[in-house]
Amino acid sequence: MEAEKTFDFENNIEKALRDDRLRKNLRNAMDILVEKRRSVFPDREHLERLRAAGNAIKRRALKQLPCLLEQLEANCTKNGIQVHWAEDTAEANGIVLDILRRHDAKEVVKGKSMVSEEMHLNHFLQTHGIDALETDLGEFIIQLNHETPSHIIVPAIHKNRDEVAAIFQEKIPDTPYTENVEELTAIARRVLRERFARAKVGLSGVNFAIAETGTLLLVENEGNGRMCTTVPEVHVAVMGLEKVLEKLSDVPPLLRLLTGSATGQLITTYVNMITSPRRQGEKDGPREVHLILLDNGRSHILSDPEFRQTLLCIRCGTCLNHCPVYVRIGGHAYGHVYPGPIGKILTPQMEGLRRAGVLATASSLCGACAEVCPVQIPIPALIRRLRRESYDTGDGATVADAGYRSNLAETLIWKGWELANTVPALNRLGTRLAGAVGDKMPNRGPLKAWTRVRTAPKFAAKSLHDRVGKEGVKNE
Amino acid sequence: MEKQEYPAKPETVYFFGTCLMDAIYPDAGLAAIRLLRREGLSVLFPQGQSCCGQPAYNAGFAGEARAVARKQLEEFPKPYPIVVPSGSCAGMMKHHYPELFAGTPEEDAARAFSDRVYELFEFLVRVLDVRLEDRGEPVTITWHSSCHALREMGVVPYAKTLIGQLKNVSLVALERETECCGFGGTFAVKQPALSAAMVADKVADISRTGASKVVAGDCGCLMNITGAMAHSGVRIAGQHLAEFLWERTHGS
Ligand code: SF4
Repeated sequence: MEAEKTFDFENNIEKALRDDRLRKNLRNAMDILVEKRRSVFPDREHLERLRAAGNAIKRRALKQLPCLLEQLEANCTKNGIQVHWAEDTAEANGIVLDILRRHDAKEVVKGKSMVSEEMHLNHFLQTHGIDALETDLGEFIIQLNHETPSHIIVPAIHKNRDEVAAIFQEKIPDTPYTENVEELTAIARRVLRERFARAKVGLSGVNFAIAETGTLLLVENEGNGRMCTTVPEVHVAVMGLEKVLEKLSDVPPLLRLLTGSATGQLITTYVNMITSPRRQGEKDGPREVHLILLDNGRSHILSDPEFRQTLLCIRCGTCLNHCPVYVRIGGHAYGHVYPGPIGKILTPQMEGLRRAGVLATASSLCGACAEVCPVQIPIPALIRRLRRESYDTGDGATVADAGYRSNLAETLIWKGWELANTVPALNRLGTRLAGAVGDKMPNRGPLKAWTRVRTAPKFAAKSLHDRVGKEGVKNE
Repeated sequence: MEKQEYPAKPETVYFFGTCLMDAIYPDAGLAAIRLLRREGLSVLFPQGQSCCGQPAYNAGFAGEARAVARKQLEEFPKPYPIVVPSGSCAGMMKHHYPELFAGTPEEDAARAFSDRVYELFEFLVRVLDVRLEDRGEPVTITWHSSCHALREMGVVPYAKTLIGQLKNVSLVALERETECCGFGGTFAVKQPALSAAMVADKVADISRTGASKVVAGDCGCLMNITGAMAHSGVRIAGQHLAEFLWERTHGS
């Protein structure tokens, strides 16, 4: 992708940090989301049990993924849903285009779908003369402004109300400026209704697909998802392979975790369960339903027992909401479709370390994400593993471009550090030297980065090693 | 986190001084040792000890981290508890050593070592059941939780228990007490702009409390926060809780 070729993470970060309005919008919004989540999970022990259950369900599904996908395909087919397999995004885009062409569709109405973002579907369709309209309110706003989502659940979260008002006034013909939320919603509804009524094809994502019954489950709050999947003649659903669950009884705990973590709701306003196209005698619903199963690197991720945990993700977005880095820079700075902690572990695995490995450096490993992740993904451990693979091709490296960061200078630094911390005489020499220079170290390299906003650390004249003896503390 | 089990009060403990305390905050290390000895324990400080290995481990240099960790396994051979005055280093030694040595000949040794690791304040409260008598002047402080003390070790309540025993100390909580200060080891130098933004917000939060001192249980955070305060001219002191406790409670 164009944008990704010129991905300059450092510059993006600096730019975002300077944007006071962005930081304020994000902080306010994240505070609300964090608080809402807290309020629907008041009992810590209950939540921990639920998270353990969520983890176990998803683990079980991943363990038998190939079987479950085949079962899903068989049951969907039996129900009249047409199933397509796509190894990469180009193939998935091609399948969508084929369906649209077959129905002579020049436009498509879309429900919110991160997989379609991963496919860069809108851009692809545009190059083929097809107009894809985002109908989720947040997506609608940023599409008007030619932006990409900055959050996987609340895509326009970086915008405040005034900004939305200005976008509507500027981009939608005959629209007066208003900051009234109801009026803004009414404006969007007016535009969208017309398009729902006229579109031949609707496209959506999938939150969970149930192999046992061949059911696609989709949660949303605005009803636009239901419109996209029921009004047009044709419904196309796109999903990543990892979204499949074994059975219907797996749904309730995960649904509770998803909506509680994502938006702090006990349940969303709409829970759509789609099991077939319109049946004989039914008065509504699409005539055709298609399901596109996208791999795009997922089966490779699945093959590594540790990295596999990335695929437990149910895309709730709560790791973004709790991340001290995300809240300060927002989603666009990450330069890829999936931002925040989940993006830091997923993107390098999908795109390779050379293109996206730098994302793994943007974490203090504070663990706030892993603490809240509803399916217990050990995000910091996976970030650490990506850092290791960035330098090292050994130890069973599985990510593309392993070792890309390997360089003599850093290797020497860490070798030196190892020596200083394994040879006691060197260790003493080191602390004594540091003690002798005190805070008069040459201001270069890492120390320069440190002293940008801090005074240099002041080394003590005598180390603890030296001083314990005087206290009568014995060696052993 | 599995439920931690605690031994009866032992006669002897090992003290692991951490590399930052060794080189930059030795007073805090001595204070921690004094707190332990005052409870009648004999404290051993193996001179061959160095660093827990976390800096390399988190930076992606697992081999180097393992070599340094192995040195610590060797230096603390007897079955005494190992008391660590840092939630972060304790977390490394307790929770990451077993994974670092998984599949190596030292796997069992690492596990046995990890079982003996306790964070200082956790040990003072849960094992020694200390009762502190405050001899200091009235003071208002605030407390900074390190992320690993909070999330890996779950020991922040013990630090607060100890502060709560000091009758002349009033503790004002930070507004965002659970948010990282931006230290993160090499993160501070690999992502300096992000780290700077995080520590600036932390300093602002500390300033808003009106406290004259910020107390913490981890030297990494302390170095980050006090360095940023000094650089921006904020006149609030920073101190390791061990040193603060000792200062306020020892008879002079
Ligand atoms: S990694 Fe966990 S917290 Fe983050 S989006 Fe996925 S499920 Fe949610």
